[in-house]
Amino acid sequence: MFKLLLCWRYLRTRYIALASIVSVMLGVATMIVVNSVMDGFTSEMQDRIHGILSDLTFESVSVDGMYDAEYHMAEIRRVVGQYIEGMSPTVHVPAMLRYDVNGHTFTRPINLIGIDEATYASVGDLGKYLQHPDNRKQLRFTLREGGYDTLDHQAQDPSKLIPRKQLATAGWPYRREKARMQSQSAMPPGIWDTTIPSSQSVAKTPRESLPDDRINPFAARDANLPQQDFEDPAEHQSAGAVLGIALASVRTSEGEDRFLVLPGDDVRITYPRTSIDPRLEPEASTSVFTVVDIYESKMSEYDASFVFVPLRKLQEIRGMVHPQTNRANVTSIQIKLKPGVDLDEVRDLLRNHFPAQFYGVYTWRDKQGALLAAVHMETMILNILLFLIIAVAGFGILAIFFMIVFEKTRDIGVLKSLGASGRGVMGIFLGYGLSLGIVGAGIGLAAGLAIVHYINEIANLLARLTGQPIFDPSVYYFQGIPTIVNVPTVTWIVLGATLIAVLASVLPARRAAGLHPVEALRYE
Amino acid sequence: MSNPLSIAASQFLREREESERPPRRTDQERNRPAGSTSRASLRRGELPSVANPKALMTARGLKKSYRKGPIQIPVLRGIDLDIRSGEFLAIVGQSGCGKSTLLHVLGTLDAPDSGEVHFEGNRIDNLPAAGRDILRNRHFGMIFQFYHLLPELTTLENVLAPWMIAEGVWTFLRHRRLRRRQASELLEMVGLTHRAKHKPRELSGGEMQRAAIARSLIAGPKLLLADEPTGNLDKETGRQIMDLLGRLNRERGLTIIMVTHDDSIAALADRTVRLVDGRVKEY
Ligand SMILES: Nc1ncnc2c1ncn2[C@@H]1O[C@H](COP(=O)(O)OP(=O)(O)OP(=O)(O)O)[C@@H](O)[C@H]1O
Ligand SMILES: [Mg+2]
Repeated sequence: MFKLLLCWRYLRTRYIALASIVSVMLGVATMIVVNSVMDGFTSEMQDRIHGILSDLTFESVSVDGMYDAEYHMAEIRRVVGQYIEGMSPTVHVPAMLRYDVNGHTFTRPINLIGIDEATYASVGDLGKYLQHPDNRKQLRFTLREGGYDTLDHQAQDPSKLIPRKQLATAGWPYRREKARMQSQSAMPPGIWDTTIPSSQSVAKTPRESLPDDRINPFAARDANLPQQDFEDPAEHQSAGAVLGIALASVRTSEGEDRFLVLPGDDVRITYPRTSIDPRLEPEASTSVFTVVDIYESKMSEYDASFVFVPLRKLQEIRGMVHPQTNRANVTSIQIKLKPGVDLDEVRDLLRNHFPAQFYGVYTWRDKQGALLAAVHMETMILNILLFLIIAVAGFGILAIFFMIVFEKTRDIGVLKSLGASGRGVMGIFLGYGLSLGIVGAGIGLAAGLAIVHYINEIANLLARLTGQPIFDPSVYYFQGIPTIVNVPTVTWIVLGATLIAVLASVLPARRAAGLHPVEALRYE
Repeated sequence: MSNPLSIAASQFLREREESERPPRRTDQERNRPAGSTSRASLRRGELPSVANPKALMTARGLKKSYRKGPIQIPVLRGIDLDIRSGEFLAIVGQSGCGKSTLLHVLGTLDAPDSGEVHFEGNRIDNLPAAGRDILRNRHFGMIFQFYHLLPELTTLENVLAPWMIAEGVWTFLRHRRLRRRQASELLEMVGLTHRAKHKPRELSGGEMQRAAIARSLIAGPKLLLADEPTGNLDKETGRQIMDLLGRLNRERGLTIIMVTHDDSIAALADRTVRLVDGRVKEY
């Protein structure tokens, strides 16, 4: 009984102990906040990466691709068919995007992706990230008559957004108006310039200088290279392209998106052709595409590099279609697995079946492994550092308790002279440490959860006070800071902090228990 | 029995004697050979019967020395002492002659280098720590020159401290009515009812010593060990404390061993022994 009472009285009269409560509290609160934010980021990022990448990617090591997608898909089906829900062939190739704004030409490196709009929706949710409601249902590479969203449809709270007014008129109306103005001002052909069709640049390449046309199986097709073969841009479009939002716009510090390119504009894309003939070096070609939609996955890495074009078109202009068989090369096959199937297992089955020098098989996690691992490591290191804060609090408790034991030496002697056992005296200080730990961890828990709950409000307030945006939405395209409170993690943090407080009080408590009653009584 | 304080005291002591009469012993306990004290019986507040009922406490050949580096400083050099039940014994001696040391050894707070201490016929100086804790808690009361009240507790809580130490939370809470009544009766006896809620630092020295006396009596001890109880008080207050101790001795039959260096205080006791050169000299 005396343990409880004295423990309580010491707690109430020793304000210095509050210092250790505060440090335990701060440690617990920051650990909870950091873990919640990191978990939120990780899971949000995993969701997004997984939404963008298909479960499994089966790719050829060469950029030229593998011949005959049908054959490979049949082979894959033969090996792991029972796990597969959908497949879609794609062509991935590094390329360059160019467009003109007010007389300036912008050139951007891109990841050019040819997709089959009929089957691609079965392996990934590209549709979700598009700006036209009909394209979200079924992507078409033809320009729409307008009706693009002016508010981000993915935002939780659209009322806070700055509307994208430019998208209101995007589509055919914009294209017609632009064509009209350009024909009136009779400007020298800029973006409408059709003097760079690939056939011309091709003409200068060694391919044309080959003596015998029959050696080149693609010579015949070169003549049919698609050019901008229409007269009136107000009536016709080139092949459609979907641009990542960071390629098409810049985001101001207020969070407003200023579009440099809109659906309806034409852009030029320069890409490497294939070199199936070993005597030929691959050369670059340029084609014109019409932007038909904007892609916003909110992963800046992808939004700043992805450009989607029709698969068949890309295969043709890259020279991937075999003239005799009319079958085309693809660089990858995207695979979606049935729910609950172990990705790594299917990946390993495929890896065993296809020789590694020609084919690579990756899960979406493998593709983004470095990023996810980096976030994981960051979380670990932060946790270690923050746990050190709590350990520092533990040493604070240790020091304070030794002080209190010295100060209370006489009283400890008195208690022993009244028949208190060493264990009982130890109990006072262990109980004292336990209460410090529980109170500190409890307040820290409450504070941490409150901060997590109001994290965006707090970030906004800090941003307003310091004039520096704490959380820059243009980096992550997240509207707010994502958080997830993971109950087991929080429980471990609270228990760990309490345990540290108790452990820190063990040494002083043992000292108090071991005091000789007479020496304690004589202590001045 | 002229003074109201002493009437209250005697009444209180008589009542408690009746309410705390020990339960009848079993044959097994009665047959236990003298000299072996079981922890269970200690906790119940009883000890096996004594061969010589006159000697409540006996010290034989007590020696104790302190080591200062290589040199041994002998303090007690062979103490032989008998304290009869109901006796009021004063131990006098010069400062530094070892009076407190002797008292601590008798009260099992300290162990002698050699020699034996017997209480009610049982050797107690070599008891395990748990047994000594129970002895100090239930069988001995102790008061000190500097009162040694716990500053965080109120007077009432200080008086209750031995029971709080003896009993766990639930037992104490179950008994709290009884315990509170005992404590307030003791406080009434020492005249401190109006100070029950005060912290020790708000009390005068005499009041603190009276609170300490109440605390030493709460568990119903047979022996009171007092280390210069008046040493820090003025003459008049010291006299009041001595009155209180004298009445407790006469009316309750409480055995008291008191250490003092003041001969006039010692003269109020039944018997005085002098500690010289680490040995006892009877007057
Ligand atoms: N821990 C110790 N180490 C060394 N010497 C000690 C120790 N404790 C006590 N002494 C010595 O033992 C002797 C007896 O001390 P003790 O306190 O018993 O004397 P005392 O008779 O009570 O004196 P006073 O009347 O001043 O209280 C003293 O000389 C003291 O210096
Ligand atoms: Mg002394």
